[in-house]
Amino acid sequence: MKKIIYALLALLLSNSAHAALNVFACEPEWAALTQQLAGEQAHIYIATTALQDPHRVEARPSLIAQARRANLVVCTGAELEMAWLPVVLRESGNTAVAAGSLGNFEAAQFVKMLEVPTRLNRADGDVHAGGNPHIQTDARNFLPIAEALSKRLIQLDAANSAQYQQRLASFNQQWRTAMTRWEKQAAPLKGVAIAAQHQGFPYLNDWLGLKQVITLEAKPGMEPSASHLAQVLDELQTHPAKFVIRAAYQDARPSEWIAQRAKLSAVMLPYTVGGTPQATDLFNLFDDTITRLLAGLQ
Amino acid sequence: MFHKKIMSVAIALLFVPSIHSAYAASDAELQTLRDEVRLLAERINQTDAKTAAPAASANAFNPAVSLILGGTYARLAQPARPATGFAMNANPAHAQGFNLGESELGIAADIDPEYRGVATMALAPAGGITVENAFIQSSALGNGLNVKFGRFFSGLGYLNEQHAHAWDFVDQPLVYASLWNNQIGEDGVQLKWLAPTETFVELGAEVGRGRSFPATDSNRNGAGATALFAHVADDIGVAHSWRAGASLYQTQRQNAQSVNVPDLLATVGGVTNSFSGDSQTAGLDFVWKYAPNGNLAERYFKLQGELFQRKENGVLTYNLLTPSSYRNTQNGWYMQSVAQFMPHWRTGLRYDRMNAGTANVGVANLTNVISNYAYTPTRSSWMLDYSPSEFSRLRLQIARDLTRQGQADNQIFVQYLMSLGAHGAHQY
Repeated sequence: MKKIIYALLALLLSNSAHAALNVFACEPEWAALTQQLAGEQAHIYIATTALQDPHRVEARPSLIAQARRANLVVCTGAELEMAWLPVVLRESGNTAVAAGSLGNFEAAQFVKMLEVPTRLNRADGDVHAGGNPHIQTDARNFLPIAEALSKRLIQLDAANSAQYQQRLASFNQQWRTAMTRWEKQAAPLKGVAIAAQHQGFPYLNDWLGLKQVITLEAKPGMEPSASHLAQVLDELQTHPAKFVIRAAYQDARPSEWIAQRAKLSAVMLPYTVGGTPQATDLFNLFDDTITRLLAGLQ
Repeated sequence: MFHKKIMSVAIALLFVPSIHSAYAASDAELQTLRDEVRLLAERINQTDAKTAAPAASANAFNPAVSLILGGTYARLAQPARPATGFAMNANPAHAQGFNLGESELGIAADIDPEYRGVATMALAPAGGITVENAFIQSSALGNGLNVKFGRFFSGLGYLNEQHAHAWDFVDQPLVYASLWNNQIGEDGVQLKWLAPTETFVELGAEVGRGRSFPATDSNRNGAGATALFAHVADDIGVAHSWRAGASLYQTQRQNAQSVNVPDLLATVGGVTNSFSGDSQTAGLDFVWKYAPNGNLAERYFKLQGELFQRKENGVLTYNLLTPSSYRNTQNGWYMQSVAQFMPHWRTGLRYDRMNAGTANVGVANLTNVISNYAYTPTRSSWMLDYSPSEFSRLRLQIARDLTRQGQADNQIFVQYLMSLGAHGAHQY
């Protein structure tokens, strides 16, 4: 009898030790970061892929079902997921991950936002009141976000705090080393004039010192029209750019159209984990991004 | 923050002499120093980010306000005649010519951490405001429970909860028009429960006053109508998603009058009938969506269909004079597909079909009431729409309408739909 009770107790304990946090990550980069910081402690569901426009995702029932089971939702915030996340969280009936609760983590709260608009008008296209939400293109941003996310993991799962702290410390160390490497590699990119298809790279530009001279989209979120592309082409005659960048999820045609005519190279960036076959985790994401940018210089 | 900046600069300065004196120091040591300075810089950055939050002002707490402006031009022959066999149903008519559609004013906000309020007012073109939705929603119960009370669109079927501006066609499918008067709204309470499974499984129940057709607005203590529904949904890979549902709606109709009902005596202009009795409607719905890589911004395809069957059993009073027993089963279904074949452009096809059933009429009315119309109303519609942005849409729709026996109608619609202000997220 006693043996059975002990066995049961052991089973219970081992169960609780394995009790993974259910994490709902809005974008692959946050899933990857959570993976780094929580390891086996987290069971991670990724709501979007690198080939999807994170602005334009539907509040699919499958997302609602996953949010229902989540202990923690990790998203960019800054209105990036405005078109779908509020419905998903509301319909999930899960108070633990409601906006403003402990189980709702918005990465954008922990970094300095760029391009915070001084006026809000839909005539300006798809602008975000909180600033440009594409914060994941600057490697520096991951340090404060990792620290805050780790803190949040500890708050939610205090029993494993030592593990989280250890994982954060090792992530920080690896990340700093990698950043030094990336910055060294990317030195030739400093001051290089580029064009961007979507206004999605201010953080990358800020980090590596790229000089974006023009955007292919006339207004954020509006597909570049033929007449606008012709204008861009004109502009590029007077202000030449070295290459034009776009995210993996975007249509290649506008970039390639410009690249052909303006005699520059079109650079497709993974943008997030999974955007290219090489970008398998956060470290490879930046390795690949810089490799591709450098290739654009050729 | 300022304090911290000065402090960290001072600390950084402290390090400087040590860098000088450590000229002979190894690269590794220099590296750690660099890292420390960088760490300080990051700290400063972080404090900046935290204090840069926008200043709250009094109107920051104002609810999200949205306004939908819509209008249509319609060219059609018989706007107000009901489908053959469905004269005792709801018959929302199309307006002919240029007409301002309903403008829809929506206001929504969190009330407190537990409640959220939503109101949608329809501004009729001729003046007057109707309250389309006015409900409180709360998921404070947790455990996958969601409660809604007030006035809301019933959760049955797939299309019923969607607002007119989100429809893929200018009008509702015939089965919605005839059996639900386009859309069934309820004053009451809705409770939904989402199962804690990886597959989406949702169960819902509603009790209400029975405000809209087919219910007859019971002014009594009990519930005028009840609805039950279940939805199951999932993804298949990243590109496919689907949802299937079943629903059941039940009400007791009291003296439900229908005008201009044709009869066996071919009375000119028809007669007015009244029905009292049980009305039960069962429905099945499914939708399947496909987008390459799950990227909706580029291209997608959507296929959906719904079927409703209504059984009515009670007493029909012919011409408001002759009562007799009356039993009938009617059904209708539609199938539609919409494809976004390139960004901003979508096209769609829809097929509607109705079955008026064969009524079981009591002896007293055997020679008055038409029990079998022997006609199957159908309609085929094609639409093309262009959305310059998420907030605007222009649409052309052409329909071949065979809903009235011997009166085939070729219909043309042109529609605009514009959304101003806050634009809430759409449901699946």
